Amino acid sequence: MTPGTVATRHAQALLGALGRLARAPLATVLTLLVIGLALALPAALGLLVRNAQSATGGFGRAVDMSVYLKSGVSLARADELAVNARAVPGVAAVSVISATEGLRQFRQYSGFGAALDALQTNPLPNVLRIVPRASASGVASLEGLRRTFARWPEVDMVQLDAQWVLRFNAILAVVRRLVAIAAALFGAGVLAVIGNTIRLEILNRHDEIEVTKLVGGSNAFVRRPFLYTGTLYGLGGAMLAWLVLEGALLGLRAPVAHLASLYGSAFELTGLAGRELLALFGGGMALGWLGAWISAHRHLRDIEPRA
Amino acid sequence: MILLERVSKRYPNGREALTNVSFFVDRGELVFLTGRSGAGKSTLLKLIALLERPTRGTVTVNGRSTGTLKARHIPAFRRQIGVVFQDHKLLADRPVFDNVALPLVVAGAPLAEIDKRVRAALDQVGLLGKERMLPMELSVGEQQRVGIARAIVGKPPLIVADEPTGNLDPDLALEVMRLFKRFSDVGVTVLVATHDLHIVREFGGREITLSSGQLTGGAADPLPSLVASR
Repeated sequence: MTPGTVATRHAQALLGALGRLARAPLATVLTLLVIGLALALPAALGLLVRNAQSATGGFGRAVDMSVYLKSGVSLARADELAVNARAVPGVAAVSVISATEGLRQFRQYSGFGAALDALQTNPLPNVLRIVPRASASGVASLEGLRRTFARWPEVDMVQLDAQWVLRFNAILAVVRRLVAIAAALFGAGVLAVIGNTIRLEILNRHDEIEVTKLVGGSNAFVRRPFLYTGTLYGLGGAMLAWLVLEGALLGLRAPVAHLASLYGSAFELTGLAGRELLALFGGGMALGWLGAWISAHRHLRDIEPRA
Repeated sequence: MILLERVSKRYPNGREALTNVSFFVDRGELVFLTGRSGAGKSTLLKLIALLERPTRGTVTVNGRSTGTLKARHIPAFRRQIGVVFQDHKLLADRPVFDNVALPLVVAGAPLAEIDKRVRAALDQVGLLGKERMLPMELSVGEQQRVGIARAIVGKPPLIVADEPTGNLDPDLALEVMRLFKRFSDVGVTVLVATHDLHIVREFGGREITLSSGQLTGGAADPLPSLVASR
């Protein structure tokens, strides 16, 4: 067989599959709806995680620790302590924020400038800002570092600024796992829906399959249109899922932007793009093909010509 | 072309349709398989077209034994046999053209060639011009001839027909038989099961007779030497 003939046969199978889907529009739309919603749910969860991550910006990586020195500790002593702190395992960088610098920053960011002017002396202590290594940014090692510094006699208090970020990241990790589980479950659902749809179609076309086998049609030939049908269902379902997600985003964008603005953020919801779209469409089509293949493999074997 | 050696076929329900049948059909021969209904004619054709496998004995078609043929080789095996079924086995929802084209489509023939050969086959059975009609719109005899066109369109070396003239009036029946005769004249082996003894006499082909699943005539003479030389 020439490549042109092979291409023609695939085109025929594809057109045949499209034609059969178009001839039963209601059944096709209902099936597509089920597949589309099943694909949309895990995709929506995935979008939620991604958007939540970008909404919290770089917080996840900026876990750091403020070590407040006792108020009598001099800046010179603070510099010595910074050198010691750099030698502690798990510490990536240490910077000294002097009481003066701290006051300046506080004045700038807090809005209490006038109140601060009323103070006779600087109430702030010198502070060491510790940035842990990436390898030591887990909850347990951060807690270990915190205790180490808290034991130093010059230290008044250690504050782990990023506790909520850690918790938030942990929550995201749970949701991400949920996304994976949901994707697996709904993927299995899509497989079952497509497999069953193909099974019914094979039953409907029993005679045609039998005659095709009678005149020497191979299993691959008989199976091909069903594989196209399954893949088309997957593709259509993915398109529908995408539309559903875009529709939901359209409704959510304005209130989310309003919420973000209240937090002084310019955050905007973003939809599926690039590789995510590819994953949705590729995944949908792969599931459709696989569901059809399993069903065809299972049921076409049962149809042997009995003239 | 066709060689049966001590073939028996017992169906799952216990009925023995064929008992110890042996015969040989040479390339290009026109052979009639006769006998009353229930004598085992259809079973014999099914064994040759590999729609059934023998319970005992071997069936060899075009040098291949059906008993040992692997499943993936069955389609290619069937493509070398044009089968005409008693009940036509046409696709009711497809026009005549598509029905006749099916063997060429599954074999992967180019579209231009399919078009040409389908028209040629329809011309041979006198149905040119009815390509776009559905089988339901045709008479029973015409449906029968569509089935014949489908059997010959792929130019198979062997044509097997189960009562191909059963639903035809005598003139058409003769016409169809002449068609089969023409095929055998150009080297195609043709095996026709029929109970129409009148037609058999008319064409003077070899006659193999079955009675209650056993061979009662027409088979024996060339067999031993051919078995040896196979």
